[in-house]
Amino acid sequence: MPGSPMSGQVSLVNDRDQINAVQDLVVEQAEELGFPNGARFALRLAIEEAIVNAFRHGHRGLPADTPITVEYTISPERINVAIEDRGPGFVPAAVPDPTLDENLENPGGRGLVLMRAYMSRVRHNERGNRVEMELLMPEEL
Amino acid sequence: MSGSDSRIRVKEVDGVTQVEFIDRNILDEANIQAIGEEIDGIIANSSAPKLLISFANVDHLSSAALGTLITINTKIRNRAGKLCLADIDPQIYEVFVITRLNQLFDIHESKEAAMKAFA
Repeated sequence: MPGSPMSGQVSLVNDRDQINAVQDLVVEQAEELGFPNGARFALRLAIEEAIVNAFRHGHRGLPADTPITVEYTISPERINVAIEDRGPGFVPAAVPDPTLDENLENPGGRGLVLMRAYMSRVRHNERGNRVEMELLMPEEL
Repeated sequence: MSGSDSRIRVKEVDGVTQVEFIDRNILDEANIQAIGEEIDGIIANSSAPKLLISFANVDHLSSAALGTLITINTKIRNRAGKLCLADIDPQIYEVFVITRLNQLFDIHESKEAAMKAFA
Protein backbone atom coordinates (compact mmCIF):
# COMPACT_ATOMS: atom_id res chain seq x y z
CA MET A 1 0.00 0.00 0.00
CA PRO A 2 1.53 3.35 -1.00
CA GLY A 3 2.80 5.31 1.98
CA SER A 4 2.92 2.28 4.26
CA PRO A 5 6.23 1.83 6.05
CA MET A 6 8.55 -0.69 4.50
CA SER A 7 10.64 -2.65 6.97
CA GLY A 8 13.34 -5.21 6.68
CA GLN A 9 16.40 -6.73 8.18
CA VAL A 10 19.61 -7.72 6.48
CA SER A 11 22.58 -9.68 7.76
CA LEU A 12 25.83 -8.83 6.03
CA VAL A 13 29.53 -9.51 6.29
CA ASN A 14 32.33 -7.04 5.59
CA ASP A 15 31.96 -7.18 1.84
CA ARG A 16 31.73 -4.04 -0.29
CA ASP A 17 29.03 -5.44 -2.57
CA GLN A 18 26.84 -6.35 0.40
CA ILE A 19 27.42 -2.95 2.02
CA ASN A 20 26.56 -1.17 -1.24
CA ALA A 21 23.46 -3.32 -1.66
CA VAL A 22 21.98 -2.36 1.70
CA GLN A 23 22.82 1.32 1.15
CA ASP A 24 21.23 1.19 -2.30
CA LEU A 25 18.11 -0.52 -0.93
CA VAL A 26 17.49 2.21 1.65
CA VAL A 27 18.50 5.14 -0.56
CA GLU A 28 16.44 3.97 -3.52
CA GLN A 29 13.36 3.57 -1.32
CA ALA A 30 14.00 7.04 0.05
CA GLU A 31 14.12 8.40 -3.48
CA GLU A 32 10.82 6.71 -4.37
CA LEU A 33 9.22 8.35 -1.35
CA GLY A 34 10.47 11.77 -2.38
CA PHE A 35 13.33 12.28 0.04
CA PRO A 36 15.47 14.98 -1.62
CA ASN A 37 19.01 14.54 -2.86
CA GLY A 38 20.56 16.04 0.26
CA ALA A 39 18.69 13.62 2.50
CA ARG A 40 19.73 10.66 0.36
CA PHE A 41 23.36 11.84 0.48
CA ALA A 42 23.09 12.04 4.25
CA LEU A 43 21.58 8.56 4.47
CA ARG A 44 24.24 6.90 2.37
CA LEU A 45 27.03 8.57 4.33
CA ALA A 46 25.59 7.82 7.77
CA ILE A 47 24.87 4.19 6.90
CA GLU A 48 28.39 3.83 5.49
CA GLU A 49 29.99 5.28 8.61
CA ALA A 50 27.88 3.16 10.96
CA ILE A 51 28.57 -0.05 9.06
CA VAL A 52 32.31 0.61 8.80
CA ASN A 53 32.41 1.41 12.52
CA ALA A 54 30.64 -1.87 13.27
CA PHE A 55 33.12 -3.95 11.30
CA ARG A 56 36.31 -2.03 12.00
CA HIS A 57 35.81 -1.21 15.66
CA GLY A 58 32.91 -3.33 16.85
CA HIS A 59 34.26 -6.57 15.45
CA ARG A 60 37.92 -5.98 16.24
CA GLY A 61 39.37 -9.34 17.22
CA LEU A 62 36.40 -11.29 15.88
CA PRO A 63 36.56 -13.56 12.81
CA ALA A 64 36.52 -11.55 9.60
CA ASP A 65 33.27 -13.15 8.44
CA THR A 66 31.31 -12.18 11.56
CA PRO A 67 28.10 -10.59 10.31
CA ILE A 68 26.30 -7.47 11.45
CA THR A 69 22.59 -6.83 11.25
CA VAL A 70 21.00 -3.83 9.57
CA GLU A 71 17.33 -3.13 10.28
CA TYR A 72 15.41 -0.47 8.45
CA THR A 73 11.97 1.10 8.43
CA ILE A 74 11.20 3.49 5.63
CA SER A 75 8.12 5.71 5.50
CA PRO A 76 7.25 9.01 3.83
CA GLU A 77 7.86 10.80 7.14
CA ARG A 78 11.03 9.19 8.40
CA ILE A 79 13.69 6.60 7.81
CA ASN A 80 15.03 4.53 10.68
CA VAL A 81 18.15 2.43 10.34
CA ALA A 82 19.70 0.34 13.11
CA ILE A 83 23.07 -1.34 12.85
CA GLU A 84 24.02 -3.97 15.40
CA ASP A 85 27.35 -5.73 15.69
CA ARG A 86 28.38 -8.74 17.74
CA GLY A 87 31.23 -7.12 19.56
CA PRO A 88 31.58 -6.07 23.19
CA GLY A 89 30.45 -2.52 22.48
CA PHE A 90 32.01 0.83 23.28
CA VAL A 91 31.38 4.10 25.09
CA PRO A 92 30.44 6.79 22.56
CA ALA A 93 31.21 9.58 25.01
CA ALA A 94 34.79 8.32 25.26
CA VAL A 95 35.51 8.93 21.57
CA PRO A 96 37.71 12.04 21.23
CA ASP A 97 36.17 15.01 19.44
CA PRO A 98 37.92 15.02 16.05
CA THR A 99 37.01 18.67 15.45
CA LEU A 100 39.25 19.92 18.25
CA ASP A 101 42.47 21.55 17.05
CA GLU A 102 44.62 18.91 18.72
CA ASN A 103 42.75 16.09 16.95
CA LEU A 104 42.28 17.68 13.55
CA GLU A 105 45.17 15.77 11.98
CA ASN A 106 44.19 12.39 13.41
CA PRO A 107 43.43 10.12 10.46
CA GLY A 108 40.39 8.52 12.12
CA GLY A 109 37.54 9.13 14.51
CA ARG A 110 35.12 11.12 12.35
CA GLY A 111 32.37 8.58 11.77
CA LEU A 112 30.25 9.51 14.80
CA VAL A 113 30.53 13.24 14.10
CA LEU A 114 29.27 12.72 10.56
CA MET A 115 26.45 10.41 11.65
CA ARG A 116 25.28 12.94 14.25
CA ALA A 117 25.56 15.85 11.83
CA TYR A 118 23.58 14.24 9.06
CA MET A 119 20.91 12.27 10.92
CA SER A 120 17.99 13.76 12.83
CA ARG A 121 18.71 11.44 15.73
CA VAL A 122 21.48 8.98 16.66
CA ARG A 123 21.22 6.74 19.69
CA HIS A 124 23.44 3.93 20.97
CA ASN A 125 22.25 1.15 23.24
CA GLU A 126 23.79 0.80 26.68
CA ARG A 127 26.27 -1.85 25.61
CA GLY A 128 27.35 0.22 22.64
CA ASN A 129 27.02 -2.47 19.99
CA ARG A 130 23.85 -1.10 18.40
CA VAL A 131 23.24 2.30 16.87
CA GLU A 132 19.81 3.55 15.85
CA MET A 133 19.60 6.43 13.44
CA GLU A 134 16.60 8.37 12.26
CA LEU A 135 16.25 10.76 9.38
CA LEU A 136 13.11 12.86 9.18
CA MET A 137 11.73 14.02 5.87
CA PRO A 138 12.99 17.60 5.50
CA GLU A 139 10.37 20.29 5.82
CA GLU A 140 9.58 22.18 2.67
CA LEU A 141 10.78 25.78 2.74
CA MET B 1 50.83 7.11 -14.67
CA SER B 2 48.16 4.48 -14.15
CA GLY B 3 48.07 0.72 -14.31
CA SER B 4 45.01 -1.27 -15.22
CA ASP B 5 43.92 -1.33 -11.55
CA SER B 6 44.62 2.36 -10.90
CA ARG B 7 41.80 4.28 -9.25
CA ILE B 8 43.23 7.70 -10.18
CA ARG B 9 44.15 9.65 -13.30
CA VAL B 10 47.42 11.54 -13.07
CA LYS B 11 48.89 14.27 -15.22
CA GLU B 12 51.71 16.76 -14.85
CA VAL B 13 50.93 20.40 -15.53
CA ASP B 14 53.53 23.13 -15.00
CA GLY B 15 55.36 21.16 -12.34
CA VAL B 16 52.17 20.28 -10.48
CA THR B 17 50.89 16.71 -10.33
CA GLN B 18 47.15 16.77 -10.90
CA VAL B 19 45.16 13.79 -9.63
CA GLU B 20 41.54 12.93 -10.39
CA PHE B 21 39.51 10.04 -9.04
CA ILE B 22 38.11 7.43 -11.38
CA ASP B 23 35.35 6.35 -8.97
CA ARG B 24 32.36 8.54 -8.16
CA ASN B 25 32.07 7.00 -4.69
CA ILE B 26 35.20 7.10 -2.52
CA LEU B 27 33.85 4.78 0.16
CA ASP B 28 35.46 1.36 -0.05
CA GLU B 29 38.39 1.04 2.36
CA ALA B 30 40.37 -1.24 0.09
CA ASN B 31 40.05 1.23 -2.78
CA ILE B 32 40.91 4.14 -0.52
CA GLN B 33 44.01 2.35 0.68
CA ALA B 34 45.02 1.64 -2.91
CA ILE B 35 44.54 5.31 -3.80
CA GLY B 36 46.66 6.29 -0.82
CA GLU B 37 49.44 3.96 -1.92
CA GLU B 38 49.39 5.33 -5.46
CA ILE B 39 49.64 8.88 -4.19
CA ASP B 40 52.40 7.83 -1.77
CA GLY B 41 54.36 6.78 -4.84
CA ILE B 42 53.86 10.20 -6.41
CA ILE B 43 54.98 11.95 -3.23
CA ALA B 44 58.04 9.75 -2.80
CA ASN B 45 59.21 10.54 -6.34
CA SER B 46 59.51 14.26 -5.70
CA SER B 47 61.70 16.23 -3.32
CA ALA B 48 59.07 18.97 -2.78
CA PRO B 49 55.88 17.49 -4.18
CA LYS B 50 53.21 19.79 -5.60
CA LEU B 51 49.95 17.89 -5.66
CA LEU B 52 46.51 19.02 -6.77
CA ILE B 53 43.68 16.60 -6.05
CA SER B 54 40.50 17.26 -8.01
CA PHE B 55 37.17 15.99 -6.71
CA ALA B 56 35.35 16.53 -10.00
CA ASN B 57 32.80 13.74 -10.43
CA VAL B 58 33.08 12.58 -6.81
CA ASP B 59 29.57 12.06 -5.44
CA HIS B 60 30.31 10.38 -2.11
CA LEU B 61 33.22 10.43 0.30
CA SER B 62 33.62 8.61 3.60
CA SER B 63 35.60 9.45 6.70
CA ALA B 64 38.11 6.80 5.66
CA ALA B 65 38.88 8.88 2.57
CA LEU B 66 39.27 11.97 4.75
CA GLY B 67 41.77 10.05 6.86
CA THR B 68 43.82 9.17 3.81
CA LEU B 69 43.78 12.80 2.67
CA ILE B 70 45.06 13.87 6.09
CA THR B 71 47.89 11.35 5.87
CA ILE B 72 48.76 12.57 2.37
CA ASN B 73 48.73 16.17 3.60
CA THR B 74 51.10 15.31 6.44
CA LYS B 75 53.52 13.46 4.16
CA ILE B 76 53.60 16.30 1.65
CA ARG B 77 54.17 18.85 4.37
CA ASN B 78 57.01 16.76 5.78
CA ARG B 79 58.66 16.90 2.35
CA ALA B 80 58.21 20.69 2.14
CA GLY B 81 55.64 20.27 -0.60
CA LYS B 82 52.15 21.66 -1.17
CA LEU B 83 48.74 20.03 -1.48
CA CYS B 84 45.63 21.72 -2.86
CA LEU B 85 42.14 20.29 -3.24
CA ALA B 86 39.75 21.50 -5.93
CA ASP B 87 36.40 20.95 -7.66
CA ILE B 88 34.65 19.88 -4.47
CA ASP B 89 30.88 19.56 -4.86
CA PRO B 90 28.94 21.61 -2.24
CA GLN B 91 27.57 18.46 -0.58
CA ILE B 92 31.05 17.02 -0.25
CA TYR B 93 32.42 20.38 0.89
CA GLU B 94 29.92 20.32 3.74
CA VAL B 95 31.60 17.14 4.98
CA PHE B 96 34.87 19.09 5.18
CA VAL B 97 33.12 21.89 7.06
CA ILE B 98 31.40 19.58 9.55
CA THR B 99 34.72 17.92 10.34
CA ARG B 100 36.55 21.30 10.29
CA LEU B 101 38.90 19.86 7.70
CA ASN B 102 38.18 22.90 5.52
CA GLN B 103 40.54 24.62 7.94
CA LEU B 104 43.28 22.04 7.50
CA PHE B 105 43.30 21.72 3.73
CA ASP B 106 43.95 24.37 1.08
CA ILE B 107 40.68 24.10 -0.88
CA HIS B 108 39.95 25.91 -4.13
CA GLU B 109 36.85 26.16 -6.25
CA SER B 110 38.53 24.99 -9.42
CA LYS B 111 41.74 23.46 -10.73
CA GLU B 112 42.55 26.78 -12.37
CA ALA B 113 42.27 28.64 -9.07
CA ALA B 114 44.32 25.98 -7.31
CA MET B 115 47.09 26.14 -9.93
CA LYS B 116 47.55 29.84 -9.11
CA ALA B 117 48.22 28.83 -5.49
CA PHE B 118 51.25 26.83 -6.62
CA ALA B 119 52.75 29.75 -8.54
